[in-house]
Amino acid sequence: MSKNPPRAKKPNYISTTNACKLCKPLGACLAFKGIEGAVPYLHGSQGCATYMRRYIISHYNEPIDIASSSLSEKHAVYGGGPNLKLGLTNVAAKYRPDIIAIATTCLTETIGDDVGMYLREYQEDTKGSVGLPSLVHVSTPSYSGTHMEGFHAALGAMVDQLSAGGPANETVNLLPGFVSSADYRLLHEIMAAFDLNYTLLPDLSETMDGPALLEYEKIQAGGTPQKAIRAMGCSRATIEFGPTLGPLTTGGDILAAKFNTPLHRIGMPVGIRETDRFFRLLETLSGRPTPEKYAKERGRLVDAYVDGHKYVFGKRAIIYGEEDLVVGMCSLLTEIGIQPVLCASGGTSGRLAQAIAEVTGDTLTEQPQVFEGMDFYEISELAEGLSPDLIIGHSKGYPLARKCAIPLIRVGFPIHDRVGGQRILHLGYAGAQHLFDTITNAMIAKKQDDSPVGYLYM
Amino acid sequence: MEAIALQERENQIHIKGEAPFNLVCNKDSLAGAISQRACVFCGSRVVLYPIADALHLVHGPIGCAVYTWDIRGALSSGPELHRLSFSTDLQEKDVIFGGEKKLLAALGELIERHSPKAAFVYSTCIVGIIGDDLDAVCRQVEAAYGIPVIPVKSEGFKGNKRAGYQAACDAMFRLIGKGDTSSISKHSLNILGDFNLAGEIWMIREYYERMGIEVVANITGDGRVADIERAHGAALNVVQCSGSTMQLANMMEEKFGTPSIRVSYFGIEDMAEALYDIARFFKDPAMMERTKKLVEEEVKKLATALEPYRKALGGKKAAIYVGGSFKAFSLVKAFRLIDMQVVMVGSQTGTREDYLELEAITDPGTIIVDDSNPLELTSFLKEKEVDIFVGGVKERPIAYKLGIGFCDHNHERKEALAGFEGMLNFAQEVYSSVMSPVWQFVPRKKSVPSSR
Repeated sequence: MSKNPPRAKKPNYISTTNACKLCKPLGACLAFKGIEGAVPYLHGSQGCATYMRRYIISHYNEPIDIASSSLSEKHAVYGGGPNLKLGLTNVAAKYRPDIIAIATTCLTETIGDDVGMYLREYQEDTKGSVGLPSLVHVSTPSYSGTHMEGFHAALGAMVDQLSAGGPANETVNLLPGFVSSADYRLLHEIMAAFDLNYTLLPDLSETMDGPALLEYEKIQAGGTPQKAIRAMGCSRATIEFGPTLGPLTTGGDILAAKFNTPLHRIGMPVGIRETDRFFRLLETLSGRPTPEKYAKERGRLVDAYVDGHKYVFGKRAIIYGEEDLVVGMCSLLTEIGIQPVLCASGGTSGRLAQAIAEVTGDTLTEQPQVFEGMDFYEISELAEGLSPDLIIGHSKGYPLARKCAIPLIRVGFPIHDRVGGQRILHLGYAGAQHLFDTITNAMIAKKQDDSPVGYLYM
Repeated sequence: MEAIALQERENQIHIKGEAPFNLVCNKDSLAGAISQRACVFCGSRVVLYPIADALHLVHGPIGCAVYTWDIRGALSSGPELHRLSFSTDLQEKDVIFGGEKKLLAALGELIERHSPKAAFVYSTCIVGIIGDDLDAVCRQVEAAYGIPVIPVKSEGFKGNKRAGYQAACDAMFRLIGKGDTSSISKHSLNILGDFNLAGEIWMIREYYERMGIEVVANITGDGRVADIERAHGAALNVVQCSGSTMQLANMMEEKFGTPSIRVSYFGIEDMAEALYDIARFFKDPAMMERTKKLVEEEVKKLATALEPYRKALGGKKAAIYVGGSFKAFSLVKAFRLIDMQVVMVGSQTGTREDYLELEAITDPGTIIVDDSNPLELTSFLKEKEVDIFVGGVKERPIAYKLGIGFCDHNHERKEALAGFEGMLNFAQEVYSSVMSPVWQFVPRKKSVPSSR
């Protein structure tokens, strides 16, 4: 029996040390990279684009070109409009994109640049020219919200500015949020297996995990086609993953408001129970039973849970990262007998604790401490009293894992200290299988390494 | 065929031998051209970052701090305060009402928590716009805690990385002159512009010690506030990576009369030349003897060790794209030492003098480029059929996507490439990429018969 520790209060520091979040425009750029033929464009100074490219490349090991208005001091004084327009022309000339997707930065938000107006002027100026890209823009001041707000705002803008109504069709929209390239690939397979017509928005399955090439692609192949986005208002339903999205206006919300598209918002399908929920929804929408392939996958997963349950039971985990992923991971852990002791995010949706309580239900003897707006200094401070056995999150928690001398199970973004971050599978029965094996083996390995015997069987 | 470069950028590309040298550089990046450059803040942050016992607080929204968290592989032999990422994480209300109060409170909180020897407070784009008075806040905190609290004027939009170097030098200059220099030897120097990546400054310091020279301050690799405060007591400033710290050397020469020399620690030739230049400066025959012996020993060890690499790599082609040009000179020579040919070389922030020097030391036909971008670089790599590309993180996927080898020569690398040993590591790095069997599978090799 585990006993409840005294409930810690959230530390309340003014300074931030080792943030557990990224800035809003970075999230927008990631979302835009999942659109076919799109070049992400930051309206701001040159550094933002370069920093974000470097940060994203270190995870994906793939090219990512983010254009910039490269504003200098005089533009900050007189406005960034002329440079924005020049930049658009240059990107259009060199990349021949279908879409230029523009996100603002703290600089251009604060000097009060009206990007919408500049774009209308630009479109007026270039009227009659052929082959011009579509322009989509989103406001992403980095001083309000995290990269996840930026990600969802970008998708919202995409849908709001491109999607139109029309005769209803059989398509189902799937907005899974920010997941790995492997996850997007898995979702394609699942939707196809249910024989559903679907639009996956965004789609980083190919754009950020492409093959070795002979000719460099200016814009990486893949991504959600613009045509499909334009038609999203005609779809018969939208599925959106994200139990903490409540306070945001997401793509799903906009489609529901403008086109009355029914919105099914569910948790990220991480672990058996949340994946079951997703599959039940797909059964309803498709009118088909779960394909045998997935029924078998689920069966093998249950079998694996049974084979490995003793090695993980009662272990204590710290989970951090993007709120919806934290909720999903929490659900997986509680169903395999691991006790989440601290769930933390740099995000501040106000919904994290409730969403976690919903997935953990009454399966836990001890409720985890759940805190939003956290940085790694605060997480480390709280970790001290919690005797964790493992840590689950992206690679920036490594210093904490090293300090505690316990395994770090790498999930989410970024993974800067290992290869293959884009290929980590989190979703579906296959993702749960991967995560369960990884977590269980980490626990077994830790015990084996720490053992004076060096035994050869588990 | 479509032009490789945008028209506005054509004069920033030069092909040696094809036209008189007239390369344009040191200008603002072109909007929409996808420059590989960062910003003023980046320049300041990377230069000051390795000062390990100082607090580095980024005043701005979270991005600027989080993208530079532990960004350099700059090692410290003691405190590691520099490896933490501190931010005021400005929120909308701070932008509206001003961020000074938050900055004041954050500084106090962090200084009390970590007891740093000094604090650097970095200004970001937004701080420049909302007009927070960093000087006033820093003065107030300095008075309250009795440590130097120094504003770094690094608003991102006020130029490129080069302007950031200047801001970093201005900030460090405020420390210099405060310390006691009475015990410093007349044979002494400061190391400027080495950042102790993978422990490089420790190798270099060892050379100087073998020569009988006292190193006063590391600026900034494995740097300490107290050392920098007495840097004016050194007899000489030895400046590497001149783009980043030459300004500091110039300011020190003007105020304290400290002379400086420019060196490079990359490659055998330049490393040896650096040590000889320094020995000549001190005009001490015994020191010159020790230096000769040192170089002889090191070069002897290397010559045999490098031979297998020279054999394997001879005739292969290399391309270079780095932040500052000075490093590029050494790389050109280092490649020559292992019989490789440099066919393209460029930098983000080179000066006209730098590019003239590059034009002088490269072979005819070599492409020389300023402030390039992924599309240009890609086409150069393909056109020149390059075997290895040397650059940083942003250049790596460009090479790999095309099935071309890559050598990390940026501030994140984990291999020491400076010094005599560094030359061997460099050859190994190049070898381990160029000679990997994985290239047999990439489309480039499948379609190109093994004619090269």
